[in-house]
Amino acid sequence: MIEFRNVKKDFSGRPVLRGFNLHVRKGETMCLVGTSGAGKSVTLKHMVRLLKASSGEILIDGEDIQPLEGKALSSMREKFGYLFQSAALLQWLTVYENVALPLRERTKLSDGEIDRKVRHVLDRVNMSHALGKLPADISGGMQKRAGLARAVVSEPDILLYDEPTSGLDPVTSRTIDTLIHDLQSDLGVTSVVVTHDMISALTISDRIAMLHQGTVLEVSPPREFLASQNEVVRDFLDSQCISRNFFEEFPERILK
Amino acid sequence: MALNDPYECPACTNLFAQWGHNTLAFFQQVGQAILLNSRALFMTPLMFRKRMRTEVAYQLFYTGIKSLPVLSVVAFFVGMIFAVQTGIELARFGQEVNVGGAVTVVMLREMGPFMTGLIIVASVGSSIGAQLGTMKVSEEISALEIMSIDPVRFLVMPRLVALMVMMPFLTLYTDVLSIFGGGVIATVQLGVEPAAYLDNALLYAENKDLYTGLFKALVFGFVINMVACHQGLTTKGGAVGVGKSTRSTVVISFLVILITGFILTKFFYG
Repeated sequence: MIEFRNVKKDFSGRPVLRGFNLHVRKGETMCLVGTSGAGKSVTLKHMVRLLKASSGEILIDGEDIQPLEGKALSSMREKFGYLFQSAALLQWLTVYENVALPLRERTKLSDGEIDRKVRHVLDRVNMSHALGKLPADISGGMQKRAGLARAVVSEPDILLYDEPTSGLDPVTSRTIDTLIHDLQSDLGVTSVVVTHDMISALTISDRIAMLHQGTVLEVSPPREFLASQNEVVRDFLDSQCISRNFFEEFPERILK
Repeated sequence: MALNDPYECPACTNLFAQWGHNTLAFFQQVGQAILLNSRALFMTPLMFRKRMRTEVAYQLFYTGIKSLPVLSVVAFFVGMIFAVQTGIELARFGQEVNVGGAVTVVMLREMGPFMTGLIIVASVGSSIGAQLGTMKVSEEISALEIMSIDPVRFLVMPRLVALMVMMPFLTLYTDVLSIFGGGVIATVQLGVEPAAYLDNALLYAENKDLYTGLFKALVFGFVINMVACHQGLTTKGGAVGVGKSTRSTVVISFLVILITGFILTKFFYG
C-alpha cells in the first residue's frame, strides 16, 4: 500500500531521513513513534508529496509518487485524508463549510448529497451541535474532531494523522483514539498515525514503527513492541512510564 | 507551483559568491511571483463558477467598500493640501484661478493612482500577506493542497480579481474627492468661484490623463496582489515569519508601485 525504499531527505544539508525503509500494509493502522526530530512528521508529509525526497522511492499502491505533478499528483492525493496537528481548519469557514469543502471542490455531488454526507460524518465525530461555529469559537479537541470529519468525508483509502492527540487532555485524547479505531474498523482504511503518545499508539495500532535519527529502528505489533529489548525503544517506553504489562494492567485499553 | 522549493543560498564565506547566490535567489523570487500571479490571471474565467462567486464577491467588498472610509479622508485632505500649496505660489502671480487645473491634472495623472495604491497596499495588501502567511504557517495551505484544491485558484485568483477591478474605481473615487477637496480650499481660502475652479479643471485635464491614471491603477492592482500573495505563500517561521511577510509586502509593493508608476509615466508622457 505505502512503501518507502531507501528514502533520504535533507534540509539545507542537514539529514532528516537517512535511508528510510517502511512498508505499510493495506487496511492496517501503523503508528510512527519516536522522539522530536526523529522524522515522523516529515515521513507523513512525504506520503502526500508535501515534501519531495532527496533520493529514494515512495510507492503508493505500487506507483512511485516522486515524479508526479499536476493532475496526476492531485489524483494521487485524493486517496488520502489528512488530519493535521493543528487541525488546519480554514478560519473563515464554519465547521460545516470546512467539512463540506473537499466535496464541494472536487466532486460533482449535489448540495443535498453533500449536506447528507457532511451531517453524517459530523454526527459520527459528535460534532453535530457545532455545525455553524467558526474554528476560533471551539476547543482544540473539537477542532481535531472537525478536522477528522473533513479528512474522512470524501471516503479516502488512506488516513494520515499527525499528532492527533497532542495538546489534548487525557479524556479527549482517548475519545480521539476511539474515533480513529472506529473509523478504521468501519471504513477499512489504511491509517498511519504519528504520535508521541505511547498509550494512544498501543491502543489503536496494528503495528508500531520506532523512528530514530531518520531511520526505522523497529517495527512490531504492540505486544512485541512492549517486550522489545532495544535500548532506544525501552528508554522511550520508560520515559512515558509504560510497563511491559500494559495490556494486563489496563485491559480496557485494548481496542484492537 | 514551486513555492515549496525555494532557492537555498549555500553557506559560503566568499563575498562575491554570496552576492551571486543572493542574486539568483532574488530573480527566482521575482520569477515565482510573476508566474504565480499570471496563473491566477489565466484562472479568472473560473470566477463565474457557482462556488467561486461568493468568495470573489466578498473580496470585492473587502477591497472596495471597506477601503472607502480611509480613502475618503486621505483623498479629501490631499486635495486640500495640494490646493493650499499650489494656491500660495499661484497667488503670488495672481494666477490662483489655475489651481483647479493643477490639482486635477496632478491627481488624474499621478497622485490619484499612486495614493490609492499606497492606501490599498497598507490596508488590503498587508492583510493579504498576513492572512496567507498565517495560513501557510498553520498548515492550512498544505491542507488545501492535500484536498487537491489549488491555492492559486482558491485564494490568489479572487484577490487578484478584486484588486484589479476595484483599483480603477477607487482611483476614480480618490480623484473626484481630491478635486473636491481642492475646490473647497480654492473657494474658501483663495476666493476662486466654484464654477471657475471647475471650468479651469476641465480646461487643463484631458481624457488621456484620466485613462492613463486608471490604467496605472489597474497595473498597481496586479502588482499589489502579486507581491502580497507571493510573500504570504512563501512565509516561513511562525508568527515572526508572518510579521516579516507583512512588512515585506508593504515595503516591496511600495517600491514596485513607485518604479512601475515611473515606467508607465515615461511610456505615456515621456
